[in-house]
Amino acid sequence: MGEVIVVTSGKGGVGKTTTVANIGTGLAAEGYKVVLVDTDIGLRNLDVVMGLENRIVYDIVDVVSGNCRLKQALIKDKRFEELYLLPAAQTKDKTAISMEQMKELCANLKNDFDYVIIDCPAGIEMGFKNAIAGAEKAIVVTTPEVSAVRDADRIIGLLEANDLEEPKLIINRIRPDMVKRGDMMDIDDMIEILAIDLLGVVPEDELIVISTNKGEPAVLEKTSKAGQAYKNISLRITGENVPLMHLESHAGIMKKLRKLLGV
Amino acid sequence: MLEFLQRVLGKSFSSKKIAKERLRLVLLHDRTCLTPEILDSLKGDLIQVISRYMVIDEKNLDVSLNTEDESVALVANIPILKVKQIS
Repeated sequence: MGEVIVVTSGKGGVGKTTTVANIGTGLAAEGYKVVLVDTDIGLRNLDVVMGLENRIVYDIVDVVSGNCRLKQALIKDKRFEELYLLPAAQTKDKTAISMEQMKELCANLKNDFDYVIIDCPAGIEMGFKNAIAGAEKAIVVTTPEVSAVRDADRIIGLLEANDLEEPKLIINRIRPDMVKRGDMMDIDDMIEILAIDLLGVVPEDELIVISTNKGEPAVLEKTSKAGQAYKNISLRITGENVPLMHLESHAGIMKKLRKLLGV
Repeated sequence: MLEFLQRVLGKSFSSKKIAKERLRLVLLHDRTCLTPEILDSLKGDLIQVISRYMVIDEKNLDVSLNTEDESVALVANIPILKVKQIS
């Protein structure tokens, strides 16, 4: 029996979909059976981030409305045998699915998979309610900005009101250089404000854009700091105790060296 | 103003502190679900009740929410001009 985890944020654009793609791929790389569920009906994107957009035949709405069997709609990943995607519908809206249907879908999926990771749409309306309906655990993604942290706080309140106790926090797109000069909130600031446990910190990384361009999650990229951070997060989800990685960039040391040598 | 002064004095100013302070205030209101309108109406009711017993300086009256650690407190500062004689 698997675990159903919803990845949510309230605010859009903080990296929910990227997080889902990377955590899912990271868990699959560890040998787990994983299914990623895109519940952002009307604005689906998890398929392109995973590089699976050309393989979609059926979607989540087809499944819950009985147009196809669940197995027919699941798209197998290019890289991992045991990683699947259940895409959102693109031509419908959030009302195309009910909370009851979502609960039933999650119950079915967790029979076959170790991890069911749900990509939640931005907002707190129907799409959000559906996305959390069948979840047992929640991950809240935020960035070190006032707007994103405010929305994260609201989402944490709503999750707890819906019996999703103790959501875990991922701080995304942190810039160690800005934190260092006091122009960006640091990890402790956000933990203090939101008062929840930290699951991981992902640094801003150009390789995320590049990997999204290619449709290949950065978690598989050994040279990517963000990818390594996602790998660590995946391991923590499985219960492994992985320390937070050091975010100071090596480029900084190289720069200092060059400066010292006068080149 | 503070930012300006610190700039003039040449102190390095961290915008993170502004972010934290603004967040603290905005979350306080978000979490308590108390809108400025509700706070105003509460202020009006308070004045009404207290005025039965004492004359207060309504112009300098201050009712606001304060946060300390995890708890939120309603702080009212009500200057008294005169206590009414109640027989």
